[in-house]
Amino acid sequence: MKLARDTWLTFQYETVLLIRNPSNIAITLIQPLTYLALFTPFLKGVMGVSTYGDAYQIYVPSLFAAMGIYSGLYAGFALLAAMHQGVISRCRVTPVSRIGLLLGRELMYVVLIAFQAVVIALAALVLGLRVQPANVLFALVLLSMMVLLGVSISFCLAMLVPNETVLPTVANSIAQPVALLAGVLIPLSVAPLWVRNVALWNPFAWGTRGMRAILEGQLRGSVVWEGSLIMAAVAVLAVVLTSQLFSREIA
Amino acid sequence: MIEAKGLRKSFRTGRRRKTAVVDAVAGVDLNVAEGEIFGFLGPNGAGKTTTLRMFATLLPPDDGEARIAGADLRKESALVRRSIGYVAQGGSTWDDVTAREELVMQARMHGIGKAEARDRAAATLDALDLTEYGDRNCKTYSGGQRRRVDIALGVVHSPKVLFLDEPTTGLDPQSRAHMWDLVRRLRDSGVTVFLTTHYLDEADALCDRISIIDAGLIVAEGTPSDLKREISGDVVIVDLAAADSAGAPEPATMLKAAKLLTDERCVHSCEAIDHTLRLYVDSAATAIPQVMRTLGSQGIEPGAIEYRRPSLDDVFLAKTGRTLAD
Repeated sequence: MKLARDTWLTFQYETVLLIRNPSNIAITLIQPLTYLALFTPFLKGVMGVSTYGDAYQIYVPSLFAAMGIYSGLYAGFALLAAMHQGVISRCRVTPVSRIGLLLGRELMYVVLIAFQAVVIALAALVLGLRVQPANVLFALVLLSMMVLLGVSISFCLAMLVPNETVLPTVANSIAQPVALLAGVLIPLSVAPLWVRNVALWNPFAWGTRGMRAILEGQLRGSVVWEGSLIMAAVAVLAVVLTSQLFSREIA
Repeated sequence: MIEAKGLRKSFRTGRRRKTAVVDAVAGVDLNVAEGEIFGFLGPNGAGKTTTLRMFATLLPPDDGEARIAGADLRKESALVRRSIGYVAQGGSTWDDVTAREELVMQARMHGIGKAEARDRAAATLDALDLTEYGDRNCKTYSGGQRRRVDIALGVVHSPKVLFLDEPTTGLDPQSRAHMWDLVRRLRDSGVTVFLTTHYLDEADALCDRISIIDAGLIVAEGTPSDLKREISGDVVIVDLAAADSAGAPEPATMLKAAKLLTDERCVHSCEAIDHTLRLYVDSAATAIPQVMRTLGSQGIEPGAIEYRRPSLDDVFLAKTGRTLAD
């Protein structure tokens, strides 16, 4: 009960901060929208699909995954800023739940990225994507788990490497291979076998495959439940481990 | 209200083979009574902030024990957090949020309901003369206003004990006077205030009692006037820089003058600080002519001689052999 209240409280606080800078939300949307408009035509050629609708079908889940991975893995900067601003210390000297402080922040990212994904989906619909709205919702659930995983990793990094100059390098050197190995540019199905074998160890790759199948409407495929299950398990594990680290480092 | 015994904290610095253990706080004992302003005076790096962070439940002590408002610091930290407010040195607000919003949020984090949190935020803004600015974003505040918002965040839930880390550092004289006034008002309303400072005048004028800390150890504790009384007599300060030039005296001259004056019967002790000698004497009125005669007989011409009553800096010097460079 207290955990739910404190999580909600932290979520509200973080959301107010976010909304105060709407330009940030807009700026982080520019890149995916650019890719959507300018990269999909390349993909259409490379993948040899006949219509833009098919190309968007392939690319939108990749874009969702890229947004989840990058936004998630860079969330640690905000935590670092809050630590340096003294806001985390201020919260710690109150009886507020430590896990609530963490979960509220993670939840803010889930909502933010879900919102951005909806904007991308709407733009893609205008450009020719054909998809069932219910399937988009299902994909967003899977995306949310990817965000939880990414944010958790990033929060851990920020706590272990509390340094503004080092953290970008560390976050980037993780985000790049993770994103490429999830097939955010070109689906892994066209990758060489060894790359696909390495990607088997990347939970984000399972999530991306699952989202792709969902948006294609193939809900019964094993890819969907495998992806959902793996993502859910890894995300829960990551959140639990991050809470433990958070309680140790921050409490 | 605060009782601490043998509180210790050390940090590891450096990496791998070069690691060294620094005893930031090497055993702090203190007792703070309810409703007093207690000052923790010491130079930068003496362990003031580390001690404060331990009291505020932000750092677990390595050893020792403490009770704050009746709760055990180690075993009942959640209970401690209910009765304390903490104001960090660097502040703790976001730029794009108003003071009122921060206060409502802070009250709610203390478990206070929405409506009451709003009332308390309004009352706290009022009590700290912030109502006028309360609905402006924090980034628009002056240094003094921002510091008052920090204090407001520390008291919005009506704590029994308020911890202030260097509350006036970086403030202009007017804001500083305002802050002192505010701290006194808080004490008069029943809050026990524990503050750190490296300003002598702040410890002297604002605090009911102080502890002097140096290198992680408490070297003196008492009311400012009691501490000063330990150093009886007067302080005579002999400036050996020539009066007509800004040039520093020769080191040899300094040494010679220090030796001569230390041997003087009326001088209890003599400390060299920069190009001055600080003499502790029973009476400045009789000591000054004596000092003049002795130095003059050896051809040393002091640029200036003054005397004053002992200050907390003299207490610090007597206890640590160093001066609290202001």
